[in-house]
Amino acid sequence: MNDGSPQTHAIKLGDLGRTQTEDTNEVAIRVENLDLYYGEAKALKSVAMTIPKKRVTAFIGPSGCGKSTLLRCFNRMNDLVDICRVDGQILLDGKNIYDRDVNVALLRRRVGMVFQKPNPFPKSIYENVAYGLRIMGVNNRSTLDEAVEKALHGAALWNEVKDRLSENGMSLSGGQQQRLVIARAIALEPDVLLLDEPASALDPISTAKIEELVNEMKDKYTIIIVTHNMQQAARVSDYTAFMYMGELIEMGRTNDLFLKPNVKQTEDYITGRFG
Amino acid sequence: MRNWFKGGEPWIWMTAGAVALSLVSVYAVLWMTAAQGLGHWWPKPLVETTLTETDGSIKRLIGELRDKEEISLLRLRASGYAIKSDDKYTSRYLFKQGNRDVYGVDFKWIPAPLLGEFKYPKDVISIERHEWGSFFGHLKSVKENGQVVAEGAAAWPELQKRLARSGKLFDEILSIEKKDIGEVNYKLERLRLKQRKLELLGELTDETKVEIDQERQIHEAAFAKLQARLDGLRAQNARDSLTAEIQDGQVIEIPFGKIADVIQPNDMSFMQKVGHYLQKLHEFIVDDPREANTEGGIFPAIFGTVMMVLLMSAMVTPLGIMAAVYMREYAKQGPLIQIIRISVNNLAGVPSIVYGVFGLGFFVYFLGGNIDALFFPEASPAPVFGSPGILWSSLTLALLTLPVVIVATEEGLSRVPRSIREGSLALGATKAETLWRTVLPIASPAMMTGLILAVARAAGEVAPLMLVGVVKLAPSLPMDGNFPFLHLERKFMHLGFHIYDVGFQSPNVEAARPLVFATSLLLVIIIIVLNMFAIRLRNRLRERMRGLEGV
Repeated sequence: MNDGSPQTHAIKLGDLGRTQTEDTNEVAIRVENLDLYYGEAKALKSVAMTIPKKRVTAFIGPSGCGKSTLLRCFNRMNDLVDICRVDGQILLDGKNIYDRDVNVALLRRRVGMVFQKPNPFPKSIYENVAYGLRIMGVNNRSTLDEAVEKALHGAALWNEVKDRLSENGMSLSGGQQQRLVIARAIALEPDVLLLDEPASALDPISTAKIEELVNEMKDKYTIIIVTHNMQQAARVSDYTAFMYMGELIEMGRTNDLFLKPNVKQTEDYITGRFG
Repeated sequence: MRNWFKGGEPWIWMTAGAVALSLVSVYAVLWMTAAQGLGHWWPKPLVETTLTETDGSIKRLIGELRDKEEISLLRLRASGYAIKSDDKYTSRYLFKQGNRDVYGVDFKWIPAPLLGEFKYPKDVISIERHEWGSFFGHLKSVKENGQVVAEGAAAWPELQKRLARSGKLFDEILSIEKKDIGEVNYKLERLRLKQRKLELLGELTDETKVEIDQERQIHEAAFAKLQARLDGLRAQNARDSLTAEIQDGQVIEIPFGKIADVIQPNDMSFMQKVGHYLQKLHEFIVDDPREANTEGGIFPAIFGTVMMVLLMSAMVTPLGIMAAVYMREYAKQGPLIQIIRISVNNLAGVPSIVYGVFGLGFFVYFLGGNIDALFFPEASPAPVFGSPGILWSSLTLALLTLPVVIVATEEGLSRVPRSIREGSLALGATKAETLWRTVLPIASPAMMTGLILAVARAAGEVAPLMLVGVVKLAPSLPMDGNFPFLHLERKFMHLGFHIYDVGFQSPNVEAARPLVFATSLLLVIIIIVLNMFAIRLRNRLRERMRGLEGV
């Protein structure tokens, strides 16, 4: 990876600087001076951060703080909003994804996303998982079979659905649907996986399964998870970023951030004094 | 009482009442058409009675009693009947005497007091003829080449035996006339057009001319052969005849070739009547019309209606869906698209005859005329596409139903959850791929709803069709065995127009009235069947989308 300046842009995140040296300096995504506007309103203010490779990074913060908006910048889902405008850079492996020559469809194959509410397509379980591959032009039956099985294994769903692959994906339970959606995303073997409050619509048992899955997946993928549940962030993430009012307040190793936050606002939030 | 109002009870009653009223109206329509139409083929008893004329003479009558109504005696006396009675009212009968060739009229209203005793002799026959409608009378004899072969009681079995043979001959004649001769004629016409085309292009050399002449001679020889065979069959069919005595005592001879069917309605068992009924019903559905459409079947009209609706569906569906996709998915939502949307909605409110006028002016005269000038100069001055036909009718109706399909499709597209689109885009699908693989399939039930509404509207539309392609009697179907099989330029028959024509334009309105109802019922049934197909298809599509809210 071409990273000439190991110096982090988030000066105040001294904590992250320290961890970088420990984690052999592998950076998946670097955000530089990111501003985002919805029409006139500024939703993200000069956000700068580095997301380490093959680790789980959690975004926490009160509702409307911009954590989901930031997440949706990483695969340019914000492009779908007409009035949305982005300034600054997001470097994925050193390449700014907001450059003109970036193929958004290819970017989204590399940066998969799972949404808050499970959104399987009204197709069979098999076709749901094969969807992305078919889009890529893979139609070879045995290749697809293999990839589908692998993805379903990866999403810890294979044993539950292996006998009913032709059933409609919508017939699964909520938790299974969410894992199906995860399988759908990892079938494309992305580098980064964005999870936007993936468990907020699920019951505790399904939530536990998703968290377990996140733990298993971090060896393979860079995972960014947005959550409003601080316990969840503490449980699943290696790094945590706290955002407030469109600004990145503090980012660091999860243990450090939760045990001895550097900024007063962070402390107030995680101790429940506001938010 | 106040509480009763507050509890919303009256509201429930009112709404339920509205549903009940709607149901009653729908069933009333179906029940009435069925009741009036389905009795048409049931063999009615033949009455023999007497009629006292104004001059006091007494006349025999044979026929069917079709209707009975109350009438004031004053009115009867005013119209010249001398009836002695103290009552104010009496009844009169609608009497079908048949034998239109002899008496000129089929139906007559006769006051009941002038009629004698009703008798139902078993030997009276009712003949359904290919021309001149029904014949009623007493069977006298059966003849072969003018020689009597059976008389009296023996005549009836002999008649039935020989009728079977005559029926076969008649079918054979019909098949040759319609199919074989039609085919030869079609080939000859194509040959003529080919020659004319070469002539116009200036490429008609002596060689090709000889070639064409040779081919023509082959066809003409075939034609002559068929004609000879036809003459032979007709001669054979003229061999037998029957004689029968009609109500005024005349004995009439009828060749078997003119007879479609003979029954003795007063001597039929219930099962025989059922058999006769089913046979007539079958003929109604599969046969061609006869006698200015008042007799025979309506198959060409059924065929024309269904084919026109299918053609229309094939044209309106892709067009409507594409327009809706552009308006909902690609166009920038703003005042302009809003104006377009309102205009499309308003198109649905334009009276259908206006579409007919437009279709005639634009499709038939302008488009059709230009197509003829460009591609069919050899047919001139006879128009090919430049005259009303099934293609223009389907196009006109496609235009008429376009708003319905657009609105329904747009509705369906707007209901596709955003999360599903995002899910697809997040997997690296482009907008077009998302549309094709996810959004359109999810919206497909809504498109089917649009199509269902379009079909229901198009199948029942008559007014515009009268301008752009429907005729009272089409000589050939728009689809047949002659290349190119689908003849989109041809005029066609339509059930809706058939109802109007039979009911209000035919010379024999009384005879045709039950047919009007029967045809109406059939039209309703066809629309229901077409809709059933579409609804089943939609339900199957919906089943696949199960679980998606709002679809």
